[in-house]
Amino acid sequence: MDVASFLQQCGIGITSGVFLGLMAVGYTLVYGTVGLIHFAHGDVVMLGGCLALAILSFLVPLPVAPVTGCLAVILAALCSGLFCGCLNVCIDRFVYRPLRDAPPLSPLVSAIGVSFVLMNVGLVWIGPTDRAFPEIFLASTRSVGGISFLMADLLVLAISVPPLLCLYILLRQTRFGRSLRSIAAITRATARSGEAGKLIGTTFFISGFLGGVASVAAGIHATTINYQMGHQMGLYALTAAVLGGIGSVPGAIVGGLVVGLLRAISVAVLGPRWAMASVFLVLIVFLAFRPQGIYGKSKTRAGQR
Amino acid sequence: MNLYQNFLAYFLHCSSCFLHWSKRNWETPVFTVLALAPLFHSAFAGGLGGQITSVFIICIAALGLNVMVGFTGLLHLGIASFFGLGGLFLAILTVPMNPLEIGFLAAVLVSVGITAMIGTLLGSPTLRLRGDYLAIVTLGFGEVVRVLFLNLENVTGGTQGLGPVPPPGFGVFITGIDLGREFVVDSRWFYYLSLIMLFFAVMFVRILEKSSLGRAWIAVREEPLAAATIGISVAKVRLSAFTIAAAIAGLAGCLSVASIGTTGDPNAFGFNRSVAILCAVIIGGLGSVPGTLVGVTILFGFDIVVIPLVDAWMQRLQSQVFEINLFALGSWRLALVGIALIVVMRFRPVGLIPSRRFAAELQEAQQ
Repeated sequence: MDVASFLQQCGIGITSGVFLGLMAVGYTLVYGTVGLIHFAHGDVVMLGGCLALAILSFLVPLPVAPVTGCLAVILAALCSGLFCGCLNVCIDRFVYRPLRDAPPLSPLVSAIGVSFVLMNVGLVWIGPTDRAFPEIFLASTRSVGGISFLMADLLVLAISVPPLLCLYILLRQTRFGRSLRSIAAITRATARSGEAGKLIGTTFFISGFLGGVASVAAGIHATTINYQMGHQMGLYALTAAVLGGIGSVPGAIVGGLVVGLLRAISVAVLGPRWAMASVFLVLIVFLAFRPQGIYGKSKTRAGQR
Repeated sequence: MNLYQNFLAYFLHCSSCFLHWSKRNWETPVFTVLALAPLFHSAFAGGLGGQITSVFIICIAALGLNVMVGFTGLLHLGIASFFGLGGLFLAILTVPMNPLEIGFLAAVLVSVGITAMIGTLLGSPTLRLRGDYLAIVTLGFGEVVRVLFLNLENVTGGTQGLGPVPPPGFGVFITGIDLGREFVVDSRWFYYLSLIMLFFAVMFVRILEKSSLGRAWIAVREEPLAAATIGISVAKVRLSAFTIAAAIAGLAGCLSVASIGTTGDPNAFGFNRSVAILCAVIIGGLGSVPGTLVGVTILFGFDIVVIPLVDAWMQRLQSQVFEINLFALGSWRLALVGIALIVVMRFRPVGLIPSRRFAAELQEAQQ
């Protein structure tokens, strides 16, 4: 593989890494506040993709001018973000909140149950086969210095990066961000107080919103969606969150980029059918040497269990 | 670990418990009914027997998972991969196209041994990991195994699976009856084989639970640091749980492959199957043997036995009575399972039949 095609694969990897990072942030935020792996997140994202598909096929029935197309995509991303955010808040309110002081594995089973229900809804909504996502740029490419890249991938970056910047500002500069960063220290008992409840709700909304944006980005990147894409992407995003150190937001983004790059490179070198195995192998080997992930805090020896 | 010296004594003790009827002893009535049922209904010789056999087999795998998640408190999201590995090794050792073709019993022993070894190999580098990280590693391992199954076609047969696996007793003649042929023709043979294996698995897990190793598992689950201070080697105890879970799941995989006759589509050993077995264990009650069996019976019994029956009934109803397309239950089965999981966890967060220890803890917390 020569340098140019390597860089091209890196470009693809970074693009997919950015939206995987968006999803991974969703996992990591929820884990950081309620200490739960939100297994249904991938399927929430999948439903967001279904909604975006419906909106885009309504708005962009025929090939249109790129500018209009881009606006439609941004509108779809906002809508599906709001939808996923509200869905996530509802899931938290009706499924997870009653289980705040149940044994730790019970919410996990509920999360799996929610995931099954959502996957079934997606199956009934868009059917069992792949559905084509409306293509705005019809696979047009630009080439800079011998490296060609898809215009669609630029669009993916354009809709995924701003939410990440907003999240950064939100977490660093606002009172909400400070409370959110401190809530990791809050024990399960205090998570039932009103203030913490609101904070948890907001966290679920943000994680859902980012997931909704990620679903549109993923649809544009892959050009198709299906009802199992949430499961697939969810596994990758969860890997990214764990690789970065679950609970850490920068870790999730870095993890997403690493997983995206790994996947793109292994697709290019070994072929697509080995992509998932190589990503997980790297994860297992990495965790064997650094059990807390890239950004995770190392525990003391006694607590390391 | 004086488990191995006391093993025989425990077994004798439990067998004697088994023979004496008592209120706590649920195994006698359950296994008696299950053993007698095929004598009274001919449907067990056909499709229904096969379906119930597969529920038994999943029960065995779930018992293995219960050792890890319930007793030792290690979250395992890749149990189906060990199920698949056990079956794959059995198929490799017995299919006619491979040169080995060893007998069924030897093949089962060897493949359970290899699966246990793989479990140990996965366990040893990951013992340092905290709960959720371990869960992700086992999940990843499960996916890696599935992808290997799909891609190493010349060893595993790819999506087609490896087969045909000769049934147990193939080529053995007892008073002129070909035992192998009997296994293929009458599904009651596999019904009894898996029932007996399930019985042994239940006994084995109960014996382990009462042994010093089982108490060490529970000590490590409750508080690893405290367990370490009283001289329990946390790493060794966890590793033993890994090994035993893998071995039991491997045994279940062997039975499954033998009863179906092929390893089948590797996607059946993926994340979904692992998660379904985990859900069955948790809704039944973590660390509780009868709970595990009840959980699997409800979840997989619904999926394997009830759904096809209801669908067939719906179709008959539809063709006889209504012209319109009736709401097919099969297309909503996933959502039904999901809602069941949510509802059970909402109203019984410790599971349907919690182990005595969990139940006591819950009462304490409520008072």
